[in-house]
Amino acid sequence: MLQKLIIVENLKNISKICPIKKIQFYNSQITVIVQTRDILNILLFFKNNFLCQFKILSCVSGVDYPKSLYRFAIVYDLLSIRFNTRLTVKIFTYELSSIFSATTIYSASGWFEAEIWDMFGIFFKNHINLKRILTDYGFQGYPLRKDFPLSGFIEMRYNETQKRVISESIELTQEYRTFNFLSPWEN
Amino acid sequence: MTLKKKSLIKKIKNFTINFGPQHPAAHGVLRLILELKGEVVQRAEPHIGLLHRGTEKLIEYKNYVQALPYFDRLDYVSMMAQEHSYCLAIEKLFNSKIPKRAQYIRVLFAEITRILNHLLAVGCHAMDVGAMTPFLWAFEEREKLMEFYERISGARMHAAYFRPGGVHLDLPKGLLADIYIFIEQFNLRLIEIEDMLTENRIWKQRLVDIGVVSSSDACDWGFSGVMLRGSGIDWDLRKSQPYEIYNELSFQVPVGLNGDCYDRYLIRVFEMRESIKIIEQCLNNIPSGPIKSNDNKLTPPSRYEMKQSMESLIHHFKTYTQSFIVPANETYVGTEAPKGEFGVYLVSNGTNRPYRCKIKAPGFSHLQALDHMSKGHMIADVVTIIGTQDIVFGEVDR
Repeated sequence: MLQKLIIVENLKNISKICPIKKIQFYNSQITVIVQTRDILNILLFFKNNFLCQFKILSCVSGVDYPKSLYRFAIVYDLLSIRFNTRLTVKIFTYELSSIFSATTIYSASGWFEAEIWDMFGIFFKNHINLKRILTDYGFQGYPLRKDFPLSGFIEMRYNETQKRVISESIELTQEYRTFNFLSPWEN
Repeated sequence: MTLKKKSLIKKIKNFTINFGPQHPAAHGVLRLILELKGEVVQRAEPHIGLLHRGTEKLIEYKNYVQALPYFDRLDYVSMMAQEHSYCLAIEKLFNSKIPKRAQYIRVLFAEITRILNHLLAVGCHAMDVGAMTPFLWAFEEREKLMEFYERISGARMHAAYFRPGGVHLDLPKGLLADIYIFIEQFNLRLIEIEDMLTENRIWKQRLVDIGVVSSSDACDWGFSGVMLRGSGIDWDLRKSQPYEIYNELSFQVPVGLNGDCYDRYLIRVFEMRESIKIIEQCLNNIPSGPIKSNDNKLTPPSRYEMKQSMESLIHHFKTYTQSFIVPANETYVGTEAPKGEFGVYLVSNGTNRPYRCKIKAPGFSHLQALDHMSKGHMIADVVTIIGTQDIVFGEVDR
């Protein structure tokens, strides 16, 4: 609990010098929401500030909220070994804007950003190797966007006459069904 | 004269070879583009995604209970460690505690899983480097451990045994006694494996000073687990951010000095010894009591209750059809899986299905640094480095 108080005090001081939009707390989890254009400065600050020392970037993930104005959230999970804390830095962006790659600050972000480009179609500026990392060579579309269907658009099969694997548009004998209704008498 | 000289100078270009995706030392479906200068690696570019199954997308379309078995299939040699992260994430969103006995069972099986994984890691690493025998011994032991898996869940590998709010079933009779018999003889097997490897001249020639990672580089590349400890950083989530009952157990965390492959091998062996210690403590102290929390909105009632009371029947039906409704929130939970920090970033939106479930696999960050680690080494050392990273493609590609 004492440690938490120190963190809170620390963050208060940081928010005076750093352009932080919002700080959220849940249990022991701290989330900092910042402006998209400030992300590199913020990450550099948290990495190198003596009282933070978040030297490890454990994860970068993207979330898609198709209904909101800034559609995508990009979440950086930082870890400070020195102070044994985790910090989540969050930015919001949309399809047509691009964000700066953090590879100059954390080398680990390279593949994570490539994955976000692959899955969500968010472009990262100054990225060394922004390729389709997980999907197939020549794949089209961004699979983790909410408007991408689970079954996808193409299917692959071995063609006996052509003696090779061909891809063709998917044919489902039955439409994919989602049972996402919740019981009406709850909530 | 000048013309003649020009034709004599040969143009030397780096040789590019394709390693994998079907190569026994690629640990699955790794495709590496290696740029060689003679036998020295100039650049190693991994092409991943050949085992991509879209787990994260699939999880978004399943409810919380149905999403659990996908975690077994990520890293298919440390199954329960991954269920553990997922269950902890849900419990954190619910802000619920699980009973003591369930925590002991979870730790017991998390450590069995660690031994299971490290046996494969050390065994396969030895086989990649050229020693066949430890691999066979390790797999014999793995078979025994997978029998324990089978006895609690019915499945040898994909157990789906840890559930949000506890574990699925109580331990069968006599299991703990058999685990004790196992750990008593397992130390001997470990000594045998170490006899073959630790002081072995060939093994040391192939591992010492290969794939050296400095501690600052290890941080920069986002390493975790054995890879981080091998580089001399004392960081183990079981010690530093203890979950379940790890803070009540006494065990040591080995840390490497040089950050080379040999240190990481020693750490893996040492960790197996520590796991035995933890298992022994669990066996001695495991309390009796319930194995899942009694919050009926989270866990299904027992079979007996379900047959007796109407309300329990309804709860049972609801859990297995609609699953439970997780309050809207988001969390990142990382646990010390055998390969490193296995994290789950779970976003819930107040329905019965995860809105987003990002899986942070330790192998993903490690493989990314393969280029950095193998630069300037011989081509045969690439195999050693892949082995020491303990890559499993189920988790890298997801």
